Parts: sequence; C-alpha cells; structure tokens
Amino acid sequence: MSEARLLTNTNSLRRNVAVGALVREREHTDTLAHKLEAKNFNFYYGTFQALSDISMVMREHSITAIIGPSGCGKSTLLRAINRMHDQTPGARGNGQLMLDGQNIYGPETDAVLLRRRIGMVFQRPNVFAKSIFDNIAYGLRIAGWHDRKQLAARVEQCLRQAALWDEVKDRLHSSALGLSGGQQQRLCIARAIAPRPEVLLMDEPCSALDPIATLKVEELMLELRREYTIVIVTHNMQQAARASDETAFMLMDPATRSGQLIEFGPTNRIFTNPQDKRTEDYVTGQFG
Amino acid sequence: MAQAERLSTWQTFQQRTKHGDVIFWLLTLFFALMVVALVAAVGYVAWVGSSEARGRFGLSFLFKTGWDPNAQNFGALPAIYGTLVSSGIALLIAGPLGILIGVFLSELCPQRFKSPLSFMVELLAAIPSVIYGMWGVFVFVPFFRSWVAAPIAKSVGKSFPLLAGPVAAGRGLMVAGIILAIMILPTIAAITRDVLAVVPNHQREAMLAVGATRWEMIRKAVLPYARAGIIGGLMLGLGRALGETMAALMVIGSVKDKISTSLFGGGITAASLVASELPNANDSMHESTLILIALVLFGITLCVNAFARLLVWQAARGPVGSARS
Ligand SMILES: Nc1ncnc2c1ncn2[C@@H]1O[C@H](COP(=O)(O)OP(=O)(O)OP(=O)(O)O)[C@@H](O)[C@H]1O
Ligand SMILES: [Mg+2]
Repeated sequence: MSEARLLTNTNSLRRNVAVGALVREREHTDTLAHKLEAKNFNFYYGTFQALSDISMVMREHSITAIIGPSGCGKSTLLRAINRMHDQTPGARGNGQLMLDGQNIYGPETDAVLLRRRIGMVFQRPNVFAKSIFDNIAYGLRIAGWHDRKQLAARVEQCLRQAALWDEVKDRLHSSALGLSGGQQQRLCIARAIAPRPEVLLMDEPCSALDPIATLKVEELMLELRREYTIVIVTHNMQQAARASDETAFMLMDPATRSGQLIEFGPTNRIFTNPQDKRTEDYVTGQFG
Repeated sequence: MAQAERLSTWQTFQQRTKHGDVIFWLLTLFFALMVVALVAAVGYVAWVGSSEARGRFGLSFLFKTGWDPNAQNFGALPAIYGTLVSSGIALLIAGPLGILIGVFLSELCPQRFKSPLSFMVELLAAIPSVIYGMWGVFVFVPFFRSWVAAPIAKSVGKSFPLLAGPVAAGRGLMVAGIILAIMILPTIAAITRDVLAVVPNHQREAMLAVGATRWEMIRKAVLPYARAGIIGGLMLGLGRALGETMAALMVIGSVKDKISTSLFGGGITAASLVASELPNANDSMHESTLILIALVLFGITLCVNAFARLLVWQAARGPVGSARS
C-alpha cells in the first residue's frame, strides 16, 4: 500500500478491513506446526516470580500477539524466548520453553546459536552508531557472511523488505543515527531479519512510530509471516486485532504480582468472543 | 485583571532569575578565565626565566646532545628522547592491559568480585610515586636485569642495537617505561571501566540479539561506543607518564649527556632532569637552561593534549554525517 493511499485512507474502519483481509487469508491456524511452546513455564528475578505457569504455543508462519496491562510480564516472556535475560544477575527460568521441541533453557542449548535462530526487535530503536549499511552487515558478518557482493545484496533485500530502501538507498554509508525514530525502528527490523532467523520477536515495535509507519510495520509483519514465526508484544488493541493470528492475554496476579496467562486463542475469538470476563473487560477497554 | 497581575509578578520573577543568570554567568566566566590566566602565567614565567638559555642556544638546543654545567654546554635532545620513549613504552604496555582490565571489571567480572577488585585498582592509583620508584630500585631492577634484559641482550640484542647490552647497571629507559606503565595502568583501567559502565544496555542487547558471542558484543558494540572515553583515559595516562618525576628519576639511570642506542641503556626525562638539578644549580645559565627544559616539557604535553583532543573529537564524531557531530 503506498504512503499516499494510506494518507487518504483516514477511515480506520476501511483500513482495518483492508489489512484484515490479509489476515483472513488464513482462518485456521490450528493445523500449523508448533514452533515455540511453553509448558508450565515460570520465570524469576531473584526471589520475585515474574511469570507463573505459562502454557501456550506459537505456531510456525503465524503471528502471535501478547497483550496485557503494563507490568504483567509481556517483555519478560518475550525476552525469555531468546534468553536475553542471561545478562541479568539472578534472572532464571524453569519449566519448559521449547523451540522445535528443544528446551531453550536446557543444558544442551547454546544461547548464541539460539539467538541466531531467533531475531529480536526492541521497544526502543537501538541502532549502532555506525553506518546504515554496517548496522545490517554486523549481524550478517557474525552469521558468517563475508562475500562482499552477497552481503550488499542481502542488505538491500532486507532494507526493501523493511520498506526502508527507497528512503536510504542514497546514504547507505552515512550514520544510522541520522535517521528518524521510525526509520531507525525499520532499520532494526531489517537488521533482525537479515541473518534469516526462524522466529522474530518484537517488543512493542511501534510504540514510537506514527500511524503510517505503524501500518508499514504491520504490513511488513504480514508479509514476513510467510517466512518467519512472529511474536509481538503490543499495547495497541487495534494492532493485535488487525495483524495477528493468535492472541495471548496476560494479567498480573494481584496477590503475588506475578504474570499469568489468562486466555490464549485465535485473535478473532479473543476479540469477539472471549471466554474470560477479564479478557473481555480488557479488550473492550473497561479494564481497572 | 487578576490574570494580568499574576502575569506581572511572574514577569518580575523572571527578571530576577535573569539577574541570577547574569551573575552566575559572570562567576563561571571569571573562573574559566582564571584557568586561561594560570596557563599563561606558567608559560610566561618559563619563557622569561629561560631567556638567557634561549638567547645562547636558540632552536638548536632541541636537537643537541651534551650536558656539562661547568663548560656550559647543554642540549635537550636526550631529555626529550627519554621523556617520549619512556612514556611511549609505558603507554604501549599499560594501554592494552589497562583496557583489558577495564573490560574485565565492567563486563566479565562476577558481581561479587567487582567492588573488591575495583577498590584494589583504585588503591594502586593512590600509591605515591616514590614508593613505585623504591620498589623499582630494590625489586624490579635486579629482577629485570638478570631475568629479562641480560638474556635478551645476549640473544636478540646481538642483531638489534635497540635491545643490545650492556645491562650491568640495570637502570634504563626500558625499566623506567615499565615502572611508568605500572603507575598509569590503574588510571587507564579505572577510566575504561567507568566509560564502559555507562554504555547503554540496549547496545549490548542489540548485538547479542543478532547472535553475537560475548566477546563479539564487547568488541563490536561496547568498545566502539566507548571509544572516545577510552582514548581520553589513555591520554590521561600518557600525560601522567610524561610528567612523572620521582619514580622515573630513580630507575632511569640519569644519563643526561647522550642518547643510548639501546633501550636497556640509561637515559633521563625532562621532568626528572629539572627536579634533580634545579635545587643545586650553580649559576644563572644552568638555572635558565633547566627552566628551558621545563618549557620544552610544557610544549610536549601541550602537543600531546592537542593530539588527544583531535583523536577524541574524531572518535566522537563517528561515521560520516553522524547526527552527533
Ligand atoms: N530486571 C528486572 N529485575 C527485577 N524485576 C524486573 C526486571 N525486569 C522486569 N521486572 C519486573 O517484572 C515484572 C514484569 O515486567 P515486564 O517488563 O515483563 O512487564 P511488561 O508487561 O513488559 O510491561 P510494559 O508493558 O510496561 O512493558 C514487573 O513487575 C517488573 O517490575
Ligand atoms: Mg515491556
């Protein structure tokens, strides 16, 4: 969808229908393979239990949205998937969290190799203070790409996929810090998909973006779904409804302050026919 | 009406803070100018005090060897050479080591050893230089002579004049460089640790998330981000080495009249030359020459600092067209 068309398309309902049609290409996700699976997964920061007893699946080639109020443990769960917590002293997980049936926290799993299979886009765009080209090439070089031509071709391909190519093609070798926030975030997405991970984790990737850039990212997700498994944390209900196949709703247990999974299922059902009263309150905006 | 009144009190308040601004501005300006005045005063004293020697030797003083107070024959080259070489050796050794220690303290050290180790590094920086010198004289010089200098001079030194003997005295440029390295090591390590500690976590996470190992993360995300600060730390260490007097004097061998081709040979640094001779300079020419040596040292440190500024500025500028320029 071109930017001009988006600008004229101010009627959000119509837009929803347009993008929703893309989602609705696939009504039934339950036949897809389980890419990620959590079984009674718990997570602790020292003595504080941040996640308790999470059980859910994230299916291959589908988009799973994680929604819930602030502090309920969405980021914790997302970051547990690529072991980003390894750096945090005292943080540990137990129970099962599996990628293709292999326990992510098992002793046989190497965090570095794991992260090459699982890319991540952070809430705040965190580009390196390097050129636009190098921001993407770093990850590729780490993954063993050294041929200059292939590298350049892959960088271009990723920038195109992230809908950034046209804006930066003339200044690939100038600093990434000179880009706008939204452009930086799309650069981070390009960087994350460059080494062809199998899973793409996105933590509120659009929280710093304007509506147009947000829509671009959503379209990108729907396109990337063909190749990747996407898990996205979002505070934006419309975004979850528009651009995800399945939705997990999380809530903090008022007594223990640890995060729980309240309801998980196809996005349509979560938003139109939730089973739990708390889910209904949250998605209809009557929460708290 | 009430609104207008409130507005006017607000305005007077603003006026008042404006005065505050002016006073504060004048105060800071005064102290900033004082720094400039101090530098100028030091330079002026050295310039005037050295006029006799300058008039006699001219610019060739910088390129001449020889040191004979009785014949009034002086040259600065050995002191310049000794200063630059001993400090250069110190930086070559302490630079990489200090950065590695800083990296270890900030990135790799287990939490529970962090503060004791950091404390010890800071303690090392606080030891007075005369104690380093003493340790150098009694412990390091004998050890270095028989276990390092002698074997090297006997083997490699046969074909490399820079590492040739004799090593009998033990004291020399190399030993001084090593002692200076030990002295500036904690400075470099502590500064590196501090600048790495403020590298934002999201930079580390960005690198890890694309599948970097810890070492790749440090090398490609953490160190580049902290580059300007690390260079600053190196230059601070170098500055300390250039100006160090006591420890250098005790181990460098005090050879003032010629340049030894070997690093194991004796030498002198500008600072230690001035410190050791000024108290018993026997005539005005001798005194004036020593002040000129001090002026030369002043010039060397100014040049080094200007160069450091340039490096830091370039490092901070980042890639072409960076928004941080
Ligand atoms: N490094 C940490 N150490 C200790 N507690 C933490 C840490 N990070 C998060 N927490 C706690 O874990 C809980 C879940 O945090 P998390 O960041 O996962 O929330 P979130 O759902 O992502 O919230 P938000 O929507 O505001 O980003 C919170 O109570 C938080 O205080
Ligand atoms: Mg979060």
